[in-house]
Amino acid sequence: MSKRSDMTETKNWSGQTLVTADHMLFEAPRTKHFMTGSEVLKEAVKRCTVDASVSYPITPQSEAAHLIGELWAEGYVGVYFRGENEFGVMSEVAGCAMAGARTITTTSGPGTLRAMENFAQWSGTRIPCQLILMARGINSPLTIQPDNLEVSYMLETGCQIWYAENVQELFDMSIAAFVVAEKPDVHVPIITVVDGFFVSHTRESVMLPEDDIALFPYDPYKAPLPPIDSETPPGRFLRDPFVMKSNYISYAAHASWQWEIRSAVERSVPYAKHYLKGLVHVTGDADAEIAFIACGTASYQAKEANRELSKLGIKSKVIKLRTIRPFPEAELLEALKGVKTAFVPEFNVVGWLEKDVKRALYGKCDTEIVGGPRVAGGMSMPAEAILREVMEKLNSGKGA
Amino acid sequence: MANQGPAYYSPYPTAVYEGIITPPEGKALLLTKVVDEETAMREVARVMLTSENATIFPGPQVLYGYNEEAKKKAKLIKEMSEVLNAKMIPMYDYRPKYPKIDAEVEINPNHPNLTIWHNNIKAAIFIGVHCHYANVALKIVRCETDCYTIAMCGLSGHEDAMATLRDMHSHELEKFIKIAREVKSELKL
Repeated sequence: MSKRSDMTETKNWSGQTLVTADHMLFEAPRTKHFMTGSEVLKEAVKRCTVDASVSYPITPQSEAAHLIGELWAEGYVGVYFRGENEFGVMSEVAGCAMAGARTITTTSGPGTLRAMENFAQWSGTRIPCQLILMARGINSPLTIQPDNLEVSYMLETGCQIWYAENVQELFDMSIAAFVVAEKPDVHVPIITVVDGFFVSHTRESVMLPEDDIALFPYDPYKAPLPPIDSETPPGRFLRDPFVMKSNYISYAAHASWQWEIRSAVERSVPYAKHYLKGLVHVTGDADAEIAFIACGTASYQAKEANRELSKLGIKSKVIKLRTIRPFPEAELLEALKGVKTAFVPEFNVVGWLEKDVKRALYGKCDTEIVGGPRVAGGMSMPAEAILREVMEKLNSGKGA
Repeated sequence: MANQGPAYYSPYPTAVYEGIITPPEGKALLLTKVVDEETAMREVARVMLTSENATIFPGPQVLYGYNEEAKKKAKLIKEMSEVLNAKMIPMYDYRPKYPKIDAEVEINPNHPNLTIWHNNIKAAIFIGVHCHYANVALKIVRCETDCYTIAMCGLSGHEDAMATLRDMHSHELEKFIKIAREVKSELKL
């Protein structure tokens, strides 16, 4: 087992040189590779001085979990084991993180839902662990196909949620995620989402720094709650106080506690802006009256639609949301200046992103928000589907 | 009857949802304004020296001598209380006190208002309290009392305090004590 005590001030337990996140993400020279999302996640974890990882197989994240296990075998990850099921995994992740370990896990679809109770417990106990969510369908009849409906269940758990579009973003985000989650005034879990298969199993060009550098280790003694440490006061074995008694004290503490968790997510904004170079990323025509608001691979397909619309002489732009929690309301409002109609293409049937966008913009913006197109259950989203939505709006009553 | 604070009965909206977040490195927060550290230190000293029943609430990180910095800070906090003519009431544990807290001698993050009401405290410094518990307490104090709250934090600070000083290590505490002596002299106290 790799141990903290094997480190020096400049090297981690596997002999990698310790560097800051700024150096890793912005300064270190990079070379080109050709990798899937699962493979690139292994490369990210390799560079993060990860203390612990817990896994359980479920498509499409099984390969990523397996590859993190290989890192343990190679001496890069401190502890690695398989949980009893996803509920067990997320509980064990909580235990590792409360004990002061930098901890990562991965899951997908039904695994996420099986573990659901833990996510609100994670944020409530202020652990800075990272979940890589490789989204897939959750409905019956059972599907293993890509679909991001499961993200809607995560929105109010009190966790940060970032959404990567492609393999490169998955690499960079999963490194930055640890650093932002571990900031003392943030210190809530982070869920880095990618669309299953479309990113996890798709091989793309990706620029990586050398693997002889890694992030400085997590310091649990800068946490906003004491880590579980029976030798350092105040010694604690259970961090949640017993505030379940039915009296006014209980209500006030609970209300304040829950608002504190949500405040912590909002405090991540300046850090996320720095490491992600903005909470939103805008491409296309700056003066367009048509926009697409999207996250993940839906934003990639929206960029295809933008290119097709350009050929028709129609200006449009794509506003990609890199963070979902915190929701980038101010940045979205800025990006929508001058936009008359914004479409929200999504890989789910319920339109959770459309609802989130409308909730954030209500009364603050004149842009008409059109939900769609939506595909689900593993269906791809061809640019033609997005173009059809736009054309039906532009040529109302005349067909696409 | 309790003296309610600016956020009234309920512990929300919190400062973050009013657009206030922790100050950047090297700066401090006075109500809604980001200011220089020294400006905030002078105001904090003035408030503590001129408020009724000013009190320091030291938390576990300075109450237990688990490293040299904690021991040094503890001595400086004692000196600070003498300079500010302030009482000290410890927050030595984070578990709520049932059936009833002894508000004369302790404060608890889950119901800090009880201690502030009982002792009629109009200004208080939170120091050495783990950030999460400080934030939970400060939100409750802000809504339930008219106490002017000051956070002296070793990390990033606390936007729900009326004044927040961040990265307050022993060197910064020494600086504050020096400034507090000057303010005390200016006020002829």
